[in-house]
Amino acid sequence: MTNFDPTLIDWSRAQFAITAFYHWCFVPLTLGLSFIVAFMESLYIKTGNEEWKKITKFWMKLFGINFAIGVATGIVMEFEFGTNWSNYSWFVGDIFGAPLAVEGIMAFFIESTFVAVMFFGWNKVSKKFHLLATWLTAIGANLSALWILVANSWMQYPTGVHFNPDTVRNEMTNFWEVLFSPVAINKFLHTITSGFVLAAVFVVGVSAWFLLKNKETVLAKKSILVATIFGLIMSVFIIITGDQSAKLMAKYQPMKFAAMENIYEGRTKAPLVVIGALTKDKISNKEEFAFKLEIPNILSTMAFQKKDAFVPGIKDIVYGNSELGIIPTSERIQKGKLALEALKDYSEAKKNNDEFAMNESFNILNDNYRHMGYGHFSDPEEIIPPIKATFYSFRFMVASGFWFIILFIFALIYILRNKIEEKRWILYAAIISIPIVYISSQLGWVVTEVGRQPWIIQDLMSVSTAVSNISTGSVITTFMFFAVLFAILVIAEIKILLKQIKLGF
Amino acid sequence: MFENLSHTALQQYWWILVSILGALLVFLMFIQGGQSLIYQLGKTDKNRSLLINTIGSKWEFTFTTLVTFGGAFFASFPLFYSTSFSGAYWVWFLILIAFVVQAVAYEFRSKPENLLGKQTYDIFLFINGLLGTILVGAAVGTFFTGSHFIIDGERHSQWTMVTRGLEAALNIQNLSLGLTVFFLSRILAILYVFKNVDNDEIVQLARKQLIYNSIPFVFFFLLFAFLLMLSEGFAVNPNTNEVFMEPFKYFNNLIGMPLVAFLFFLGVILVLLGIVFPILKYEKYSNKAIWYSGLGTVLTVFSLFLLAGFNNTAYYPSVADLQSSLTIANSSSSHYTLTAMSYVSLFIPIVLTYIYFVWRALNTKKIELKDLEEEHVY
Ligand code: HDD
Ligand code: HEM
Ligand code: HEM
Repeated sequence: MTNFDPTLIDWSRAQFAITAFYHWCFVPLTLGLSFIVAFMESLYIKTGNEEWKKITKFWMKLFGINFAIGVATGIVMEFEFGTNWSNYSWFVGDIFGAPLAVEGIMAFFIESTFVAVMFFGWNKVSKKFHLLATWLTAIGANLSALWILVANSWMQYPTGVHFNPDTVRNEMTNFWEVLFSPVAINKFLHTITSGFVLAAVFVVGVSAWFLLKNKETVLAKKSILVATIFGLIMSVFIIITGDQSAKLMAKYQPMKFAAMENIYEGRTKAPLVVIGALTKDKISNKEEFAFKLEIPNILSTMAFQKKDAFVPGIKDIVYGNSELGIIPTSERIQKGKLALEALKDYSEAKKNNDEFAMNESFNILNDNYRHMGYGHFSDPEEIIPPIKATFYSFRFMVASGFWFIILFIFALIYILRNKIEEKRWILYAAIISIPIVYISSQLGWVVTEVGRQPWIIQDLMSVSTAVSNISTGSVITTFMFFAVLFAILVIAEIKILLKQIKLGF
Repeated sequence: MFENLSHTALQQYWWILVSILGALLVFLMFIQGGQSLIYQLGKTDKNRSLLINTIGSKWEFTFTTLVTFGGAFFASFPLFYSTSFSGAYWVWFLILIAFVVQAVAYEFRSKPENLLGKQTYDIFLFINGLLGTILVGAAVGTFFTGSHFIIDGERHSQWTMVTRGLEAALNIQNLSLGLTVFFLSRILAILYVFKNVDNDEIVQLARKQLIYNSIPFVFFFLLFAFLLMLSEGFAVNPNTNEVFMEPFKYFNNLIGMPLVAFLFFLGVILVLLGIVFPILKYEKYSNKAIWYSGLGTVLTVFSLFLLAGFNNTAYYPSVADLQSSLTIANSSSSHYTLTAMSYVSLFIPIVLTYIYFVWRALNTKKIELKDLEEEHVY
């Protein structure tokens, strides 16, 4: 394979990361607010109370503003697979393309068709049909999330495929294995519930602002009621699914797990570090704990359901652990190189029509295929992801998850007792929670994506071999362009959103 | 059912589906055409808003069709996706930007405190109407004229021109296809206005614009068709898979596939009827013309895609290295994936049905200025 300029890789990554970041600024609100609006409209249809209609329309307007820019950032991501990760696009197009196409056919059309009814149909279609359209928009939005997350999960835990040396790519052998992989199911649930929580916090926070200003109090309180019930249920779910994410990570991506928990040497009865600070030891070049607060045994129990389960550390994975049957990375690199060599020999033999040599190379390739991605590395330590980013991001996300439960419980108690206006601390807390939930949601992706470095597809393809063969200058130019353009658009959207909120219901 | 089809049959099935999506996309670009006409048809701020709201309620369909077209192409012919997108980097980047700015423009343009001001968003819409159509047209043009790339054994591509695909826009044949799409999209937009807008001022201007836009449209279309029929084409030897240049290849393809030829000419005639009828007899045809030209557009574009991909033709040819050219056989997904996706494709008729009903429900009557007093307007 071609060796690329390392700065090309960094710029391509930076571009993908920044556009994904922008996309993810809008998607979670779409996922959750679409359902909240559907609940509100259902209440309107059920009670016939015009107040609910006003409430529905207010949040729907905010939904529309957010939706438009979500769409604008989404198409960039789709194109970037081809423009910036073309080698990857071929290597996995046979699997990855399918969910993307299904998403277009089955999800985006539902969403974009019924969104039009939602906005323009108030006086044109019956009330019942309008309600149906609102529900279908919510379902469509969440189906959009399903397929892309299936694709992302497959990159974390590739399954249901085999490698075809004739076409030099992975080919799908079992669609259901890809769709129903445990990682995919759980990632879908965790991610959409994170969107639900985010939207609930958003609605509660914005409504709290109205209460503080003493404006629109009736409508704001009704909104808070819907959002806190939804938010409370979903923040319980987010902890369940988040815990499940970590369990699956321990099983399928042990290196990411070790980085997230900063475990250098594996051990049994591993403690859970609830809070900690990391400093880099200048001599060993390892992340050490400057301080930590830990609960004994819990990590082993949580990850593997056994108190004395062994949690492998970074050292075990890099240098191997014969007791546990972990192959040292240096050996995997060797085997990876064998696989790459065999692939070359195979094509050569095929050109010469040498059946025997083809067969031989094919067998070597098959035996070593699971390590092929390692063949491009030279130093075993290259497979260690950035630790600090993963470690802190995870802790922030989890802490905020517990915080939202507390927030929703208090908000619910006070709203039910009709005392929430007097409790100004909870109103302020709700407003501050809006930026917290956005940050937390982004950091979730940092755990997922930074934690799997240097892999683009776990064990099969490294980021450095996935990139398109273009000049670094081109990528820098487009990176700058996206960074500036989207920054402007985001500022515009925030200004519009704030103005619409100020205008009230 | 699909699993029993041969790989070749599945590849053809998917080429047909991709072609249908491409054809629908070009038809739906009447949205873009309308955006490029806002200032010519709307002389007052009110009228401009009216126009934008007429086409605006449909912009998502075009956008989603583009996204799905991309997704379906990626899934069924991934080698095209990886070769073309990374290679013609600047072309795709410009197309991308043209659509990114569109997506926010509608929702943001008339909202207070929108940072850039209404006019900027209207310029975004114009850019989308101008660049989006011309570049998509020119990019499809390269299906017949070729690009400069080499593909190695690992299917990694290397592009040999520093201009990265932008040079395609300098080729007369590609450019004339791009301009054809541009003027066609404006014609379709005008016919759509006839059907949907109840405002004399706008309709009068639109009737004039129909004539002004038809002339360059016919000119560029004939130029493109002429060049295409006379040009050499990228033929594939079905026995050796070798790619070679064949004189009059696309003309031969028409002769070799009479059904495609029939669809092509039927399409062209329908497009022209949709233009000529309302010019001659406005009252009778103002409501129907869009259907003639619309259907005609779909048929013509569809048959152009078939000319590019069927009958042993390389649909994404390389002029730098003939043997690197992409055919539907050498660039497709595996048998298994195409089978799985074919089952998914059964949903397409359902999608089209609900879109049709929703569209009808929303367009029960023509739009007038007083409709702009409703709550959700762009
Ligand atoms: C509002 C947002 C939010 C909140 C409160 C939480 N999460 Fe989360 N988390 C996400 C939003 C998110 C996310 C953005 O949706 C991620 C990124 C990718 C994904 O699958 O979900 C994610 C990923 C993610 C991962 C990485 C999965 C992987 O790499 O495959 C783990 C282990 C957790 N989460 C665990 C938790 C736990 C234990 C939580 C609470 C106690 C929690 N998360 C709360
Ligand atoms: C399901 C959808 C997603 C897929 C398929 C996906 C896939 C990828 C790919 C291909 C890369 C580039 C290679 C790499 O550097 O690893 C990447 C990197 C990255 N993605 Fe994701 N991504 C998705 C969603 C997101 C979202 C929503 C975010 C939110 C911010 C995100 C954050 C990042 C970051 C920060 C990187 C850069 C990490 C690094 O280079 O260290 N991803 N992801
Ligand atoms: C690399 C990954 C991704 C790609 C290529 C991608 C692609 C796209 C595209 C093309 C659109 C516009 C669709 C339209 O025409 O309506 C879009 C919108 C959307 N995407 Fe993404 N997406 C990615 C990541 C994600 C993730 C991780 C989620 C959710 C979990 C998600 C959920 C959505 C939703 C809900 C929309 C609707 C519009 C909105 O956000 O307001 N996407 N995406």
